[in-house]
Amino acid sequence: MITKRIIPCLDVRDGRVVKGVNFADLRDVSSPEVLAEFYSDCGADELVFYDITASSDGRQLFTDALRRVASKVFIPLTVGGGIRTLDDFDRVLKCGADKVSVNSGAISDPDLIPRAAERYGSQCVVLSADIKRVDGRFTLFKNGGRVDTGIDAIEWIEHGVRNGAGEIVVNSIDTDGVGGGFDIEMLRAVSEVADVPIVASGGAGCIDDFITLFNTLPSVDAGLAATIFHFGKIKIPDLKESLRDAGISVRYKNV
Amino acid sequence: MLCVVDYGVGNLYSLCSSLKAVGAEAVVSGDPEVIAAADKIILPGVGAFGDAAAKLRENGLDKLIIERANAGVPLMGICLGMQMLFAESHEFGCHKGLGLIPGKVISMEGVIAPELKIPQMGWNALHFPNAELKASSPVFCDIPEGEFVYFVHSYYASECDADVVAVCDCGVPITAAVVRGNVMGCQFHPEKSSKAGLQILKNFCEGDFGGAR
Repeated sequence: MITKRIIPCLDVRDGRVVKGVNFADLRDVSSPEVLAEFYSDCGADELVFYDITASSDGRQLFTDALRRVASKVFIPLTVGGGIRTLDDFDRVLKCGADKVSVNSGAISDPDLIPRAAERYGSQCVVLSADIKRVDGRFTLFKNGGRVDTGIDAIEWIEHGVRNGAGEIVVNSIDTDGVGGGFDIEMLRAVSEVADVPIVASGGAGCIDDFITLFNTLPSVDAGLAATIFHFGKIKIPDLKESLRDAGISVRYKNV
Repeated sequence: MLCVVDYGVGNLYSLCSSLKAVGAEAVVSGDPEVIAAADKIILPGVGAFGDAAAKLRENGLDKLIIERANAGVPLMGICLGMQMLFAESHEFGCHKGLGLIPGKVISMEGVIAPELKIPQMGWNALHFPNAELKASSPVFCDIPEGEFVYFVHSYYASECDADVVAVCDCGVPITAAVVRGNVMGCQFHPEKSSKAGLQILKNFCEGDFGGAR
């Protein structure tokens, strides 16, 4: 059977991988190529490579770093950050990305997802949503989670899937960086409206959080995290083994 | 010379990088003369079957590839390129493929277990139902049972049992790879399947496929 995916996220600023707590207080971790190769070798199923500052200041993705990653890492690679136009899609796909993740760009241009899906196929278009509870409602944020759009996040995702998004990344701002577990309530709400693969992001603190995620919500296809992987709090081979022991289908041999 | 057929469908960066990583010197070309001179051919492809088949026909590449395959040149189709090897596809209407392998490409909708999402996107294990066919293939003979590879697809090749070398489990067995003499195809993406995928590509690049069928 198709396996649950474990995805380290490489947030990039100035060509270096960083990870903040609640999207602030960035810390330098390592070079994208070194981390990407390390993760591929230890069994990561996929990598997400985000330019986290691109949405707010218009910085171009560091396509040279992406090219270097894609020429030595042979697992699926998703690229996001500052994707606003079809030209942005084209630029990162030509540098080796397999999927392109849109966030703020899909909010400012409602045609971006349908046009990208038409040109590159839905399997290539990932809708990444930063979501936070505001007055008890799941609300969509943009610009790296800094700006409240006032948009209902669940409706936004439903609309995105209808428009051609082939995968959804749910970033819970409420649980991000806290390490208290994934946002099960938010993910359940999303899985009720999205029949495409769903990637859970924000909140993983320990191996049990992944087990709880996949056992509680079989409709979630992947778990994404950064800090806990970058700082070695969870080693991916250990995580895979624990998931397998818990009866969750994972890829654990060919790394 | 190994030629990766460039017919304007999909992104060849990863495929070319992975071929380089296994030491193969591949030429990416849509030029009929280059393809005709190749001693091995890879037919890649991502997207919709109908568009891809039309693009292949535009320059007569379809006839050329059929001719080379029939002359015994090893040919590997990847993903949509694998589906193109078949006689027909029912993706958005009925489209003619290369017809190098009998069978047809149909939707997984209503075929696979209902709780599974379409497209199948992710890693699934290879199972080899036909030991004799596996052993006969330089590409698959050393790939272990249960090896994981990466899939992204909504359609699959059916009615081709005799040529199925590998399947994956989607509640029912779904065609993952086919071999018919010097013609073979992978539904999954070897260029995205880590070391197992690189091994498959290396096997194709270095394999001795003997005489033509």
